[in-house]
Amino acid sequence: MNPVLFPRTEEMLLSMAKAYPEARFMAGGTDLLVALRQKQKALPPLIGLERMEGMGDILREGEEISIGAACTLKEVASHPLTRQHLPLLCQGADSVGGPALRNMATLGGNLCTASPAGDTLPALFLLEARLDLLSETGLRTLSMEAFITGPGRTALLPGELLHRIRIPIPQNAPIQHFEKVGNRNAMAIAVASLAALIRMEQGLVAEARLAWGSVGPKVIRSSEAEAALMGKPLREESLKEAAFYAQKAVQPISDIRASADYRKKVSASLLQRLILYRDSDCGGKRS
Amino acid sequence: MSKPPENSPISFFLNGSPLSLSVAPGRRVVDLLRENLQLTGTKEGCGTGECGACTLLVDGLPMLSCLMLAAQLEGRRIETVESLEKDPVGEKLITSFEEKGAVQCGYCIPGMEMTALALLRKHPEANREDIRKGLSGNLCRCTGYVKILDAVEDTAKNLTAPEEMP
Repeated sequence: MNPVLFPRTEEMLLSMAKAYPEARFMAGGTDLLVALRQKQKALPPLIGLERMEGMGDILREGEEISIGAACTLKEVASHPLTRQHLPLLCQGADSVGGPALRNMATLGGNLCTASPAGDTLPALFLLEARLDLLSETGLRTLSMEAFITGPGRTALLPGELLHRIRIPIPQNAPIQHFEKVGNRNAMAIAVASLAALIRMEQGLVAEARLAWGSVGPKVIRSSEAEAALMGKPLREESLKEAAFYAQKAVQPISDIRASADYRKKVSASLLQRLILYRDSDCGGKRS
Repeated sequence: MSKPPENSPISFFLNGSPLSLSVAPGRRVVDLLRENLQLTGTKEGCGTGECGACTLLVDGLPMLSCLMLAAQLEGRRIETVESLEKDPVGEKLITSFEEKGAVQCGYCIPGMEMTALALLRKHPEANREDIRKGLSGNLCRCTGYVKILDAVEDTAKNLTAPEEMP
């Protein structure tokens, strides 16, 4: 039986990673342990992150919110700083699994699993999260685009660890909205999801950021759909036009949960539904 | 770093009592409870964190014992369904589940009750919608949930009702 280790400091962590090069880092373990058990082999050495100093806190640093990668999704969804500044991320975090799972699963874990259906990923793309990666050679910082390299794949190198997620606070109080469609409300993987960040000026859209989850190998953006909203009031006509471009941008597959065709339609509908949430800064009803 | 022995010592609180034992660090908590400690109230449903049957409380928070390893328990306070009848809120839950006919095959009930226990300790005023959301990670294939929700709502009402006049 291989060891399960719980470092408390970066120094301990790096020396354990060096002593056990075949070790896996474990945050909440909710994806990792399922994946490892499917292989039906003995567990590799595990380096648990739940007791690490400086990986389980949420702080404001200047104009950024900095989140330790081992923060649980429950902590991310309920912390006063994220609730005030990043409701989009809170809604995404609160959509993963169910309450007990969210007490275990972490934001860093959702990122490192890099599932196309990861519920926090669209929000993190839109919010332009910066990811601090730690290894023996030091710290490097990647954008979401650089970090997620494909379905289930990240830019993490062997022995490298996602340490913190840093998110610039959106300025001028934009509308932040995340909505997910799954086969049931809880404990369901997204069929499609949309994160939207829209800033209005004098009744017209001055900035629109849109990102779809679960409808492509990675999170899908559409500059055409965003452009279709710009300079117009947020009304049915402009959302319909943007939805036309959204249907062209998404690249869904058919699988056990839904057909590609259905996912395309849902992607468009999620965008058109923004009209229901335009007057609130945190429309956040889960569908 | 030398190779550690097959088993490692761990110490934690189980249902209020301190416990030290030697166990393989990668053993799942659900197996530790059911097979090493003969606490078979905790059930394993899916084994992949999708059904909530194996829910127990760790430092008061509902967690899934099929996705936890023994080594993670070090220093934690664990509560399983076996402690329910000794808990003031848990005792009321047991009565409500019986009175409202919330138990059919019973397999999901330990997970339901432990999740409800954590919810009502924190929010004794929880309404039906809060309870629906609170129990949304616990699957039941028999009841259709209505009677389970009735039972937890009944407990919440009992917890917040003013003392009856003598």
